[in-house]
Amino acid sequence: MPGVTIDKNHCKGCEMCVKACPQKILAMSKQIGLKGYFYAEVVDSSRCIGCMICAITCPDVAIEVGVHGTSFALFQY
Amino acid sequence: MDRSDKTIFARPEALTDTITHYCPGCTHGIIHRLVAEALDSLGVREKALGVAPVGCSVLAYNYFNCDFLEAPHGRAPALATGFKRLRPDMIVFTYQGDGDLASIGMSEIIHSANRGEKFTTIFVNNAVYGMTGGQMAPTTLAGQITTTCPMGRNVEQTGQPIRMVELLSSLVTPAYLERVAVHTPRHILQAKRAITKAFKYQSEGRCFTLIEVLSTCPTNWGKTPEESVKWLEESLMSYYPLGCKKDPEKPELNDGTV
Amino acid sequence: MAKILMKGNEAIAEAALKAGATNYFCYPITPQTEVAEYLSRRMPEVGGVFLQGESELAVANMLFGASSTGKRVFTTSSSPGISLMQEAISYMAGAQLPVVIVNIMRGGPGLGGILPAQSDYFQATKAGGHGDYRVLVLAPSTIQEAVDLMMLAFHLADKYRNPVMMIGDGMIGQMMEPVEFPEKYKEPPLPPKTWAATGAKGRKPIIIKSLYLDPNLLEDNAWTLHDKYEQMKKEEVRFERYKVSAKNRILLVAYGTMARICQTAIDELEKKRISVGLFRPISLFPFPEKQIYQEAGKKNIGDVLVIEMSMAQMYEDVDRAVRGQKQVSFFGRTGGIVPSPEDVVEQIEKLIDKRKPKAKKKKA
Repeated sequence: MPGVTIDKNHCKGCEMCVKACPQKILAMSKQIGLKGYFYAEVVDSSRCIGCMICAITCPDVAIEVGVHGTSFALFQY
Repeated sequence: MDRSDKTIFARPEALTDTITHYCPGCTHGIIHRLVAEALDSLGVREKALGVAPVGCSVLAYNYFNCDFLEAPHGRAPALATGFKRLRPDMIVFTYQGDGDLASIGMSEIIHSANRGEKFTTIFVNNAVYGMTGGQMAPTTLAGQITTTCPMGRNVEQTGQPIRMVELLSSLVTPAYLERVAVHTPRHILQAKRAITKAFKYQSEGRCFTLIEVLSTCPTNWGKTPEESVKWLEESLMSYYPLGCKKDPEKPELNDGTV
Repeated sequence: MAKILMKGNEAIAEAALKAGATNYFCYPITPQTEVAEYLSRRMPEVGGVFLQGESELAVANMLFGASSTGKRVFTTSSSPGISLMQEAISYMAGAQLPVVIVNIMRGGPGLGGILPAQSDYFQATKAGGHGDYRVLVLAPSTIQEAVDLMMLAFHLADKYRNPVMMIGDGMIGQMMEPVEFPEKYKEPPLPPKTWAATGAKGRKPIIIKSLYLDPNLLEDNAWTLHDKYEQMKKEEVRFERYKVSAKNRILLVAYGTMARICQTAIDELEKKRISVGLFRPISLFPFPEKQIYQEAGKKNIGDVLVIEMSMAQMYEDVDRAVRGQKQVSFFGRTGGIVPSPEDVVEQIEKLIDKRKPKAKKKKA
């Protein structure tokens, strides 16, 4: 099952990933990171399909995407 | 079946771990990543040389894992020319904003393109001067409000916005010129292909390469990141059409002969 | 090697090649365009880089990029062109980049004229650009000296990692004189250029810049530059004395072509048993202040007379160096007019008459 990790100190809370995620499994946390931004976090990692769209739209390269076993490669990045 | 954990997306080696100073939602960060990914994919990070402009990306040298020069405002193409002429074996790129390239640096970019200097220019067009707080730039749209045209840009007095890729494509010297955008995943993928192709052409010593990247500026556009994406799509892209305007492999495109 | 008759501009170009500077960026401007023409033929022969840019401004910035490779780079231009290079010179000083810039001066200000002048003294020695930086400035008075100082300039630029400027008036560029070149410029050893941008392979990236947003770091950088300039003042002061002796009644101070004209005047006056000495600064920065102070202090010296092809620029430094020990006066022509030895003799005799007690002056 693919896994998304978001670095809460790199995230500046721009919410682009939250809006881009086709599975709608990202949301803004109530906590703040090092720089005082509410960071994005994964709400339901079980429904993540490893499409990397969140990581692609993140302007701060705060998101890393890992895969465990099979993953759905929707496009070649 | 291989059930081991595999990272399929991570920070490219050519990007440092430094948290950037760019505003939340500013797509400079995406463009930095695409350039870094291009350097990684071509395996040229260790012989790359970047030239930072004056503007928001003046601190780009903190974010790339390769040697860098910081140029006077508008002069990055001249520095790149000087460097590349002495080290044609290295991969040289300038990273410039619209104020830096299309205003004070116009002479430098036109003559570098016309000489066919074999470096790559990443030209970030966000229609304003970002670093200094959102002033009118040569690429500011007609009627667009900025801190130095608060009643909206009056094109009768300041002329029309400049389309750099089209302007440069009128030069006869071969070049690879394309305009892309990075405000949606699909556009980011296209931009990535164009930027990688530009660096590939450079590594083959083909021609001058310039990618104009439409980019958002939430802070100075006075919009949220999401509204900025919408404004870029509706207003910026309608004046600055995406697409390749010149490519040595596509002579049917404008080769400068009238 | 044998002596060959050569034009100043071309001799300067060849001297650079002897110093291993085979990377030249240029823009045409009278009275020094022959340097570019000469090198456009010669550079391919030595496998160097020759590029004519779109403006002196662009050329100076090409030098920033080229110098960052660690190789020896240079340009030559003339007064208005040098003005366009000032921004880049300030950046290169701040980023500690070695570069050699030759200014074959012409009349100014503005478009001015194309004939020889020395009106760029302030621009060269008082840092024509912005910020706390200096440029090491050398001033030849013969074509042979221009060759020697040109080679030295590359050594000093690398030694101090700072722009070095050689300034000569139009005569130095346009005159032809026999010159001799060494097979290869022999110079003291220099440290390896570990600061050059050669690609971050097996090391952290090298960043060549002059931007320091943190004021402490910017001040640190200013102190680093300052220490270099202090070292220049200790080690790089160069000058020459001509017929300086205890019999001198007047001390002339002049540089470049003007100094050669003064030498002829001094010889003329010697026949009339009027003893005059000449102090010729060769390094304009670092300026030979101490030496001028000592010379002017000698009891036999009645007056110090500064002679330039300008409206009294080096005069200010000489006046400051003499520190009021003696009266410092000035004579100069500019705009492209080159004073003749007779003009100089006349000025000196006028100065001497002024010193004579009134009674002795015979009525006409």
